Amino acid sequence: MIDWILMALDYLVGIPFLGWGASIGFVWKALLMLVVLLVITAYVLLADRKIWAAVHIRRGPNVVGAFGLLQSFADLLKFVFKEPIIPAGADKVLFLLAPLITVLLALTAWVVIPVDAGWALSDLNVGILFVLAISSLSVYGIIIGGWASNSKYPFLGALRSAAQMVSYEVSIGFVIVTVLLIVGSLNLSDIVVAQQEMGLAHALGVPWMNFLNWFWLPLFPMFIIFFISALAETNRPPFDLPEAESELVAGFMVEYGSTPYMMYMLGEYVAIMLMCAMTTILFLGGWAAPLEIAPFTWLPGVVWFTIKASMVFFMFSMVKVFVPRYRYDQLMRLGWKVFLPISIAMIFVVALVLQITGWGWNGGVA
Amino acid sequence: MSEAELKNFTINFGPQHPAAHGVLRLVLELDGEVVERCDPHVGLLHRGTEKLIESKTYLQALPYFDRLDYVAPMNQEHAFALTVEKMLGIEVPRRGQLIRVLYCEIGRILSHMLNITTQALDVGALTPPVWGFEEREKLLVFYERASGSRFHAAYIRPGGVHQDLPQDLIDDIEAFCDPFLKVLDDIEGLLTGNRIFKQRNVDIGVVTLEEAWEWGFSGVMVRGSGAAWDLRKSQPYDCYDEMEFDIPIGKNGDNYDRYLIRMEEMRQAVRIMRQCIDKLNAPEGKGPVASTDTKVVPPKRSEMKQSMEGLIQHFKLYTEGFKVPEGETYCAVEAPKGEFGVYLVSDGSNKPYRCKIKAPSYAHLSAMDFLCRGHLLADVAAVLGSLDVVFGEIDR
Repeated sequence: MIDWILMALDYLVGIPFLGWGASIGFVWKALLMLVVLLVITAYVLLADRKIWAAVHIRRGPNVVGAFGLLQSFADLLKFVFKEPIIPAGADKVLFLLAPLITVLLALTAWVVIPVDAGWALSDLNVGILFVLAISSLSVYGIIIGGWASNSKYPFLGALRSAAQMVSYEVSIGFVIVTVLLIVGSLNLSDIVVAQQEMGLAHALGVPWMNFLNWFWLPLFPMFIIFFISALAETNRPPFDLPEAESELVAGFMVEYGSTPYMMYMLGEYVAIMLMCAMTTILFLGGWAAPLEIAPFTWLPGVVWFTIKASMVFFMFSMVKVFVPRYRYDQLMRLGWKVFLPISIAMIFVVALVLQITGWGWNGGVA
Repeated sequence: MSEAELKNFTINFGPQHPAAHGVLRLVLELDGEVVERCDPHVGLLHRGTEKLIESKTYLQALPYFDRLDYVAPMNQEHAFALTVEKMLGIEVPRRGQLIRVLYCEIGRILSHMLNITTQALDVGALTPPVWGFEEREKLLVFYERASGSRFHAAYIRPGGVHQDLPQDLIDDIEAFCDPFLKVLDDIEGLLTGNRIFKQRNVDIGVVTLEEAWEWGFSGVMVRGSGAAWDLRKSQPYDCYDEMEFDIPIGKNGDNYDRYLIRMEEMRQAVRIMRQCIDKLNAPEGKGPVASTDTKVVPPKRSEMKQSMEGLIQHFKLYTEGFKVPEGETYCAVEAPKGEFGVYLVSDGSNKPYRCKIKAPSYAHLSAMDFLCRGHLLADVAAVLGSLDVVFGEIDR
């Protein structure tokens, strides 16, 4: 019994240099991940505003810190020191629980994301299912928040998000299935490794041209559908209907202010980063360098991962800048009548091609 | 179990709503997201302009017109000035007319630029407003350089305009034209062919030509439905009859057609501005900018300082004002939003007996109900954006 407790303690909070435990404890790793993630979120938010401003021919935030580098932290302080106002008619517990759910779920999904070879908090065998499950749950944060506000605009926003996120989850699911068909594993690290070990570059006899191996090329339409569905899943324009400013003012967030509001925003941006990371893992070769030759391979995998995810985020940002917003029925039509049939058809096509050519990853078991 | 009672979901759209274009309050009855009834409540910006004008001299009444459609102030001043001139029977010198037309077209761009970009904003496009506002800013600087004020210009006055334009201002306006057309192309590149923008606007807010006449529409709302009705062509005022320009008309009368028309009207406005500038620079475009009849327009300052007659006229004009002969008249201009008219009744004194203002937006706003019924909530914002309403002139 004592052994068992010690083992568990060691696993959770072990510190190797103190002679206690052989590896760094899970808690410390998780804490590190959390801190890094939150700091990155602060700069992703700033980057979003800066990109937006650049297209608008504005300067964007540039007062707090050099080039506005501390803007997000100033905003954080402002939100935290403001008084949280809970509407009289609201359900207090649910009202405060909802943003918490959003931010917690958004952070939880990061547990299984491998940012480099072996660099995942938990290299779960069913990693991709875990991500899917957690991001499906995040709709609760919005529905509960909108419902608990007991107000009309948030209510409409909550209704919209319920329908929207469920619809696009379906097409995201089918897109992922096409990837899984090729890889044959639900493990996210395996998906990345599979993209190095097989693919077009190998077929052409130029294995160092790694970027040709990645799934964005053979699964090109799926890559686009995944990207668009990811926009919808994270309520980014042109799919930001739950918080559509010109219709619902701020949708489900109308009644929120101060820290709870900040948690919604934080959750939203962490979820966006998660989707960028997922795009990188599924279609852009994860932590691998685009070319397996000298200057490129010098950079560590985590840097390549960050660069790729940032590029995807740049696309997220540019889409926000340039497109108008879909109407509710058009959004539904796009999800159910365009993306769903295409992704289902692609599953059959991919399966057929794999069956005929015998192509696919054998899990590295030779 | 008793039958559940169903009732529509009623929401207040405004008066503090980002897409309410001012202080509109719409009471919407929704069935899910489908609008069953749309009830505009106006009057939140009522300032009693018409009543206030009755206790002001004609010149003092003029600045109130800046505050009606505050998006294109000088066009309203123009209507009032024309009405007073018609009653007085005075002629504006040619240079004055050219300057008026030049600034009215600047006002048209000011208004259309605001409307098109906020219509884009209403359907969720965030970039066009910022691009467009930069151009508006330049135009407002032209306003300021002519009149000393960015919005409330009080520049077009009965008898002409307040002051002559300096030559470098005319040159700067000319230099503005070409780059502005490029910005228009940029904005159009973002919107005109954009599939989402089209999906949100085509076949939304359709007004047939019969409806347009029945509901008393004017301006773009009529032209969008297919009638080439423009007061600048049909009953030209000032020097519009000398100008060459086309009237764009639509086919379907929907939001998208109105957007395209406004886009084209801005290009036509630039065309008119260029002609005005050419004529202003030509020898026959020189001369006085306001009526030289000192009954309405004060004498030059040098004259006022030196001649007793001038001093008396100046004193009388700025204390008592000028008297307008007894009678009544109506005069309308093609303001950016439609037919803006002023109906004046004079009892022969120095103050209007009655001043009724016909604001185009007021008629257009009344269309909200029949345009939005059966559409989705999101369309309410799109239709409202396309009607081009400004509450300064609706609530007066």
